[in-house]
Amino acid sequence: MAFLDALLNGLTLGGMYALVAMGLTLQYGVARIMNLSYGEFLIAAAFSAYWLFQVQAINPLLALLLVVPVAFAANWLIYQIMLHPLVKRSRNRGELEVNSILATFGLLFVIQGLVLLLFGSNYFSYTYISNVFIISGSPIAADRLLAVGVAVVLGTALYLLLVRTRPGTALRAVSVDPRAAQLAGIDVRAASAMAFALGGGLVAASGVLVSMFTTFNASMGVVFTMKALIVVIMGGAGHLMGALAAGLILGLVESFVAVYVAPGLTLAATFALFLIVLLVRPTGMMGRAGA
Amino acid sequence: MSSTSLTRTLLGIGACVALSVPAMAEELPESIRIGYAVSDTGLYAGGAGTTITPNYKLWVEEVNQAGGIRVGDRQLPIEVVAYDDRSSSEEAVRAVERLINQDEVDFVLPPWGTALNLAVAPVLNRAGYPHLAVTAVSDRQQDLMDRWPRLFFFLSTSSHYAEGIVTMLEELRESGEIEGRVAMVNVADQFGIELANAAEALLEEAGFEIVYNQSYPPGTQDMQGIINSARQRDPEAFLAFSYPPETIAITDQAQTLGFNPPLFYTAVGTAFPLYQDRFGDNVEGVLGIGGVDVGSEVMVDYIERHTELTGQAPDLWASAPTYASLEVLQQAIERAGSIDHEQVVAEMEHGTFDTVLGEITLDGRAYWEGWQVGQWQDGVFRAIGPSDRDGATEIVLPKPAWQ
Repeated sequence: MAFLDALLNGLTLGGMYALVAMGLTLQYGVARIMNLSYGEFLIAAAFSAYWLFQVQAINPLLALLLVVPVAFAANWLIYQIMLHPLVKRSRNRGELEVNSILATFGLLFVIQGLVLLLFGSNYFSYTYISNVFIISGSPIAADRLLAVGVAVVLGTALYLLLVRTRPGTALRAVSVDPRAAQLAGIDVRAASAMAFALGGGLVAASGVLVSMFTTFNASMGVVFTMKALIVVIMGGAGHLMGALAAGLILGLVESFVAVYVAPGLTLAATFALFLIVLLVRPTGMMGRAGA
Repeated sequence: MSSTSLTRTLLGIGACVALSVPAMAEELPESIRIGYAVSDTGLYAGGAGTTITPNYKLWVEEVNQAGGIRVGDRQLPIEVVAYDDRSSSEEAVRAVERLINQDEVDFVLPPWGTALNLAVAPVLNRAGYPHLAVTAVSDRQQDLMDRWPRLFFFLSTSSHYAEGIVTMLEELRESGEIEGRVAMVNVADQFGIELANAAEALLEEAGFEIVYNQSYPPGTQDMQGIINSARQRDPEAFLAFSYPPETIAITDQAQTLGFNPPLFYTAVGTAFPLYQDRFGDNVEGVLGIGGVDVGSEVMVDYIERHTELTGQAPDLWASAPTYASLEVLQQAIERAGSIDHEQVVAEMEHGTFDTVLGEITLDGRAYWEGWQVGQWQDGVFRAIGPSDRDGATEIVLPKPAWQ
């Protein structure tokens, strides 16, 4: 009973982590932008879902259809206007990382400030689905199960897109080596903008889904950025399946530690696992060695 | 002139200017300048935005509408200088120093939470400013007041709140409503740890059986493991010494997972308007820190004014003390007939004040009469403990089932 509880809880928690991290793996792994304002986009989407649901009575699942395309477009514009000049100016990957960290750090405050202005600093939360399934005596919340389901569906769809289609192959080529990709006739700028925008759409989707069962406020973005960063680095930057696996593993570890060891040690367990993965495979679980 | 003597001269001039400022301010104030740095962003923004900022705005607006604060024979309006401390101790200290040295405000209002209040206390003390540390809760209250002679407290110590709920449990055991199985969890920061340690000691002393006792890191949102573990041990009372986001998460997930012990207690945030907005009728029977005496007319009037002017209902634990602290400050200034800090502090220490909490005194620089335990009954977070005080409502057990 306790075991099944922990397992189900771990899977739902892990699914949420994976969902939250998949967008960042595209932005960081393919577009090579270390986006520190990532969590703020998530929070902005959560607030949009809240507003649409409470004020406009549009349910969060329909809100996805509205929020995700808007986020996609906004992120595409941000890449083209704000980030591309940085890419052009940076001589190597390290320099781009520093530049993008600084630029998106600024962006973080802009988005946070806007959300603060519109909604204030209070905590927000709402109830949309409150159903519970009982699986052989262990309860599991429907809204969380939905988030995992969406994480798996999105992860698989994007994985197929990346592996089976031409544009997907182009994205992967850019992820491996932008310069060589250019030599092969790939429009690196367009591919990177696409990857960044896709990542933005994904983070918006996760924001909407997470808002269904979390309490959030305007300043909580950094919590999600940190979690996503750990998952992405653990899974290997740019690897969707890596993010999915790393997210699930983290969720399961946290859940089992909370039940069988102590809830106070969940964070310690997360970071211990992170450390071990980095020591054994510095490029992440699915990252290429020495790429 | 050598460079050291130049430095000395400059320092001397600086000191003269600094010394002459209070005297000048005393002569011709056009208004009373009040400054504050609170957390508009960061981890504490939710708490500050619920409990602190609305009250500051409400008070300033009301005082200015009435013409200002009366100092001697003049009415002086309040002028506000406000900063965001970004929930960081360093930033809070810097902002308060700026308020004192650069903006030269007459009084500084406190930030939200124990940590930030303790961070700015030495700065305020050094500059000789009174410090009304409303939302600070600590067991070291007496030590701190000994160290900083212009520091005032309005909520009791952590142990005091733990005592409140444990005393209630003892009363329930005596009347035969529970046998004594208690599960407890706490947030692993100073506030949660102090409360949990105090509660654990008191529960053991009183012979209760603690079936589950764990802490979780601040900011934890996934409480399913904790709730399931507690549920399997079938406690009669579940105590969570939690902060607002986790209070919501714990209640939400207890509801989802069907964990409904006869006594369900969550700490900070239970008294927030958000809690009721979020859980609707399900708040019925939940216990928490704070509570209001609904028989008090001034309190009911305060809740209405707060809701009308700020567009949000007050926190039913620390909001009224926050507002009362401002009333105390205003009345102390008016009685002193001056904005001189020593005179105002002396008035605050010895006077009796007419506030939304009723008539209060700050005997020993702390207000001790706050409610320790409240319970949601008929949609209002009523004060139930200490149960022998005037205005306390009877506790209702067992808590009704989640809907």
